[in-house]
Amino acid sequence: MQVTSRHFKEGAHAALHDKDIQKAFSKVKGGFPVARAKAASELPEFEDLRDAGRDLKNHILENLDYYLEYFEDQVLLQGGRVHWCSNYAEARDVILQICRDADARTVTKGKSMITEEMALNDFLEKNGIEPIETDLGEYIIQLAHEYPSHIIAPALHKTKDQVTELFHEKHGKYGFTERLTDPQALVNEARSILRDKYVAADVGITGANFLIAETGSTVIVTNEGNGDLTQSLPKTHIAVSSIEKVVPTLEDASLFLRLLARSATGQEMSVYTTFSTGPKRREDIDGPASFHVVIVDGGRSDLVGSDKQDLLRCLKCGACMNHCPVYQAVGGHTYGWVYPGPIGAALNPQMVGLEETRHLPNASTFCGRCEEVCPVRIPLPKIMRLWREQAFETEVTPKPERWGIGLWAYFARRPALYRIVTRIGARTLKTIAGKKGRIVKLPLMGGWSSVRDFPAPQGATFMDQWKKQNRGRK
Amino acid sequence: MPARDKILGRIRHNLKRGPLGEEAANALKARLEGHSRGIVPNRTELPHKAQVDLFVAKASALAATVARIATLDEVPEALRDYLTAHNLSTKIKMAPDKRLDALPFDKTPMLEITRGSAEPSDEVSLTPAFAGIAETGTLCMASGPETPSTLNFLPENHVAVIKASQITGTLEDSWDRLRAEYGVGNLPRTINFISGPSRTADIEQTLIMGAHGPRRLHILIVDDEKKS
Repeated sequence: MQVTSRHFKEGAHAALHDKDIQKAFSKVKGGFPVARAKAASELPEFEDLRDAGRDLKNHILENLDYYLEYFEDQVLLQGGRVHWCSNYAEARDVILQICRDADARTVTKGKSMITEEMALNDFLEKNGIEPIETDLGEYIIQLAHEYPSHIIAPALHKTKDQVTELFHEKHGKYGFTERLTDPQALVNEARSILRDKYVAADVGITGANFLIAETGSTVIVTNEGNGDLTQSLPKTHIAVSSIEKVVPTLEDASLFLRLLARSATGQEMSVYTTFSTGPKRREDIDGPASFHVVIVDGGRSDLVGSDKQDLLRCLKCGACMNHCPVYQAVGGHTYGWVYPGPIGAALNPQMVGLEETRHLPNASTFCGRCEEVCPVRIPLPKIMRLWREQAFETEVTPKPERWGIGLWAYFARRPALYRIVTRIGARTLKTIAGKKGRIVKLPLMGGWSSVRDFPAPQGATFMDQWKKQNRGRK
Repeated sequence: MPARDKILGRIRHNLKRGPLGEEAANALKARLEGHSRGIVPNRTELPHKAQVDLFVAKASALAATVARIATLDEVPEALRDYLTAHNLSTKIKMAPDKRLDALPFDKTPMLEITRGSAEPSDEVSLTPAFAGIAETGTLCMASGPETPSTLNFLPENHVAVIKASQITGTLEDSWDRLRAEYGVGNLPRTINFISGPSRTADIEQTLIMGAHGPRRLHILIVDDEKKS
């Protein structure tokens, strides 16, 4: 997928002035976070489960090679096939070949972030195979030729009115000509169109929330049931997964399932959690005759053993973005690549390069909410800080910023000098502010002071006041 | 170098080791075969009767409907009552399951029963569940020649039959039952955990039922356990 993170600042500015985006994302705050808080409070074991989830993911990552090989053995034993792919190009080619072997004309797809990463839909289209997204949100944005703005609610940026117009424009060819405004009617129309697509598709492609080493199963979690129709009706099922999704046992998956839905939507369980193991059995009267698991690295093995390995614990629940004030303000597309919000700010620099994404680790207030709600306790602010340091050290940060930070660092490393300078600064600002105690206009910071006054220091620095207050005490 | 070797090689390189030694590998194998449970919510540590009640309460909260009947033989009438009460089609696609075949459908001549996997025109399906999970009000459906999994998804209305004795406490309990039934390391092709009917909130976060799977999920619980 094309990376546009370089334009974060322009994108943020545009998003803040876009009424539809503001309308759509202002609803996040009262939705997912409220539901998550309720679900967490109703499970006394929730915090302990988060610790256990973190520890279990760490255990898996320490033994990732072993569990992946074990998983592969089990898939083969069950009659499935495993395809290992180092990068996106290899994965696209493998998937295309499987589709060609199945003489596929159309392919239905369940929601999958890894296939977004590799821009699989564009690739299949270019090669004469029609991919059809079946998750309602994914379907909407595919019709609109857009990409997800949220990892579990991909069409979050779309208003109902926009969906009305989109369906009216695109569904005429199926004989649906009425302009629908009721959400239920819109869902019904998409449902009826997609039914025929499920049945006609030659191949069904899904992602995987988990790979179970013990049994060789792939697991998907949905609320709509689209993933299940995608993987049970066509003759061929391809599950595409990144390497870090493997978990040892069914019991281990159970632990993560208790964290996943609660953190994502506040549900105790998503409506459908499905374990697929191998192709259909000889006596079965439905199910796919062939079953392929495509295991994609896509830069993840570089994170193993690194100071940012914690990122590989991610369950892709979306809690970090749901709780992020920056995400709620600028929306998902501003981040400029597949993953928006705090996880994107921490992960995208690894996946597509720090040069392209240098704004993302700075797109944070460091309020820490993301880490507070992460089901597997990924230290997202810490990782963003590591990227900031790396950007400075590798001179990705532009000169004026580096100069400013360098100047501050010069004084910060000399406490005596720092105190003198801040003392002079505080007094000067107090004098400028005069009796009002506020400064209306700041030089070089007009953008900031155009909408608010700058409260001036009261005269003495914190250190001076502290000294004064403690005088005579031991 | 094949991608497989590249990926595994990079992982090992970054972990600063080669393939796991015998001792470490045996420890992981033992862990895989041990099926030990992690933290399990204690909300289901109840007498079985109370677990069944919890299942009913949880499933109902998920917008499934539940009816409790005394014997399996009451299924046809309970099914008819449900369909007529909701003004639904009385054409039923039934799982080709021996237990369902034995039901006295002669008592309900208005029900038109066909057997097999689901087709797009099917409006109502009748399937037996493998287990129920009280913790979350979830049904566990196991696929097989007698229980095609498309019946759980394609029809608009899904009616599932479960005996009270099949209702367990937690997800982990259902794994134990599956292992006992199918053998360790040998799952049926598809295990569906179903928690209420299909839904979506993809249009302005408004909850709409019946996205792609069934709009309605009706659970018939057969109270097969002795009254205590």
